[in-house]
Amino acid sequence: MLKILKYSFYDLMRSRWSYVYFLFYLLLGFVLLFLNNDVDKAVITLMNIIIVLTPLIGTIFGVMYYYNSKEFTELLLAQPINRSKIFMGQYLGISISLTLSLVLGLGIPFVLYGLFKSAAIFNFSLLLVVGAFLNFIFVALSYNIALSTENKIKGFGYAILMWLFLAVIYDGIFIISLVVFNSYPLDKFSLVATMFNPIDLSRILILLKLDISALLGYTGAVFRKFFGTNFGMLISMGVLVLWVVLPVLRMNFKLRKKDF
Amino acid sequence: MKYKIGLFFFFMAFAVSAKQIVVCQSCEVKTIKEAIKMAKDGDEILIKKGVYKEQDIVIDKPISLIGEKGAVIDGNNVGGILIFQTNNFKIKGLKIINVGLSYTIEYAAIKVIRANDFIIEDCIMENVFFGILVEKSKRGIIRNNKISSNRKNEASSGNGIHIWSGEEMKIYKNEMFGLRDGIYFEFVKNSIAHNNLSYNNIRYGLHFMFSNNNEYHHNEFRNNGAGVAVMFSKFTNMHHNKFRLNWGSASYGLLLKEIYDAEIYNNLFEQNTIGINAEGSTRINYKNNTFLRNGWAVKIAGACYSNIFIKNDFLNNSLDLAYNSNINDNKFDNNYWSEYTGYDLDKDGIGDVPYRPVKLFSYIVNKTPEALILLRSLFVDIINFSEKVSPVFTPTDLMDNNPIMKRIND
Repeated sequence: MLKILKYSFYDLMRSRWSYVYFLFYLLLGFVLLFLNNDVDKAVITLMNIIIVLTPLIGTIFGVMYYYNSKEFTELLLAQPINRSKIFMGQYLGISISLTLSLVLGLGIPFVLYGLFKSAAIFNFSLLLVVGAFLNFIFVALSYNIALSTENKIKGFGYAILMWLFLAVIYDGIFIISLVVFNSYPLDKFSLVATMFNPIDLSRILILLKLDISALLGYTGAVFRKFFGTNFGMLISMGVLVLWVVLPVLRMNFKLRKKDF
Repeated sequence: MKYKIGLFFFFMAFAVSAKQIVVCQSCEVKTIKEAIKMAKDGDEILIKKGVYKEQDIVIDKPISLIGEKGAVIDGNNVGGILIFQTNNFKIKGLKIINVGLSYTIEYAAIKVIRANDFIIEDCIMENVFFGILVEKSKRGIIRNNKISSNRKNEASSGNGIHIWSGEEMKIYKNEMFGLRDGIYFEFVKNSIAHNNLSYNNIRYGLHFMFSNNNEYHHNEFRNNGAGVAVMFSKFTNMHHNKFRLNWGSASYGLLLKEIYDAEIYNNLFEQNTIGINAEGSTRINYKNNTFLRNGWAVKIAGACYSNIFIKNDFLNNSLDLAYNSNINDNKFDNNYWSEYTGYDLDKDGIGDVPYRPVKLFSYIVNKTPEALILLRSLFVDIINFSEKVSPVFTPTDLMDNNPIMKRIND
């Protein structure tokens, strides 16, 4: 598995797209810091970007890599290697290289602008952890989709749809149900509803560190009580881990039966 | 001329006749009550170092009460301590501790009843129920005092400086913490509070009720239940104050309720859950204020008419403005909004596109508070954008036609 991981990793590292992705984040970090020179504020702006972009790029990379390396994968499958090892290697290769681009791309400018001296270091590292989680989650989800669809175009379509659903449509349904069931107690419902969407969950995790004053309003009390404590943090991190583990398990399950 | 010289000597004699009575543990006069009994109008009582365990000391002559360093009056948590029922008195430099708690009687460290022209200065009051309670008085000066308590709930705590029915009071450079309200003005006219520091109070840092023509400036209100509450008052002038860190489920920097004709300028609202919460407030001018990193910068609840917001800075608030009706009679002009995305082609420092401070999301949050959990989600950005392009739910005429491009009040 390690060999395949290494191969996939180097393959991606050699590819132009990893560099573009890395350079994009590097530029973004520098521009953000150059424009407002305040690490605190830059973290807020960054959150918006990470929450939307990281999943999208993870999704697209996952699907793209699967379809592009399909022939090579088939060649590997002909060898006496465990199937799950091949795919796990590829999956980890993509996820790790994407995470590396993210962490280095954003980390370098922030460190250069004096992150270690700023109080925002905790918020920033949370941001990176969440970003890494989102990478792992969305690559896993897109691999699932790719494994289940033979047709390349369809696969891409489903993957984008999945991203669109989790990033936008889910929140739309969420907000509409909140408005419709206005007269019922909704705090528990909204707490649970955020757990079912990794993007929402990561957004809330970061939000609780940044927009605390708004969330301290009379409705925020429930969320703050839950997410603000170490226990809540642990649970939400646990849920994020589950979001990685479950798609990976399904991937392995699917692999065993798939006829290549 | 002779007459004048005579008058001069008469006054000299009068001044000399004002004598000093010294109170200490080893002196002739051992208690403050004794000293007051002996004193005549205009006398000065000097209280030397030591702890005096006395309560209900009634002062009914115009005298001065001066405390040496280390002079402490301990009320033993029984009742009120000093009660002034006279004009022209002065109290200085005393430390007054342990006022009794009562749910029916307003015990205070210093109670002033029907007095004019008095000075309360340099006193330290600790573990008080009420600190300074002034009733039906005029022209008092309260300065450089430090009042504190450690009460846990509203019912069992009193106010730091409570003025009930007063005129022309000057309250400055005081420090208040751990009380119910730091300063409470009830039926007070023509009074000023400035340079006070009020923090960690259970209810309000400063509280106005039925008080007209007052002014407060250069105060700092930090970490209170709500910074300042101005209710049922007219012609209040508020400027150069700092409202900071008033965080919590019902916390405001400034709470306005049923107030008319107020001026609010050059204040700083930083990191409050709600910067200003206005309800039934009419003809108020908000000018040159800075709203920094609040949850809501301004929340306008209802029945607010003819308010004018000019040259304010709205910086990095989660939501700039919440508005719960479709009708708007308030004017926003020449403010700086950090969320403004317009452009300034003619480079005159004023944005070419109007800014709409009320977003669809803040409208939704007003109706369904739980929706707050979707703050900063992509979907919310999208609906905000579409609402910005063609307003349906938010008041169409509520906008800043001339948003400034750069920060105004640095």
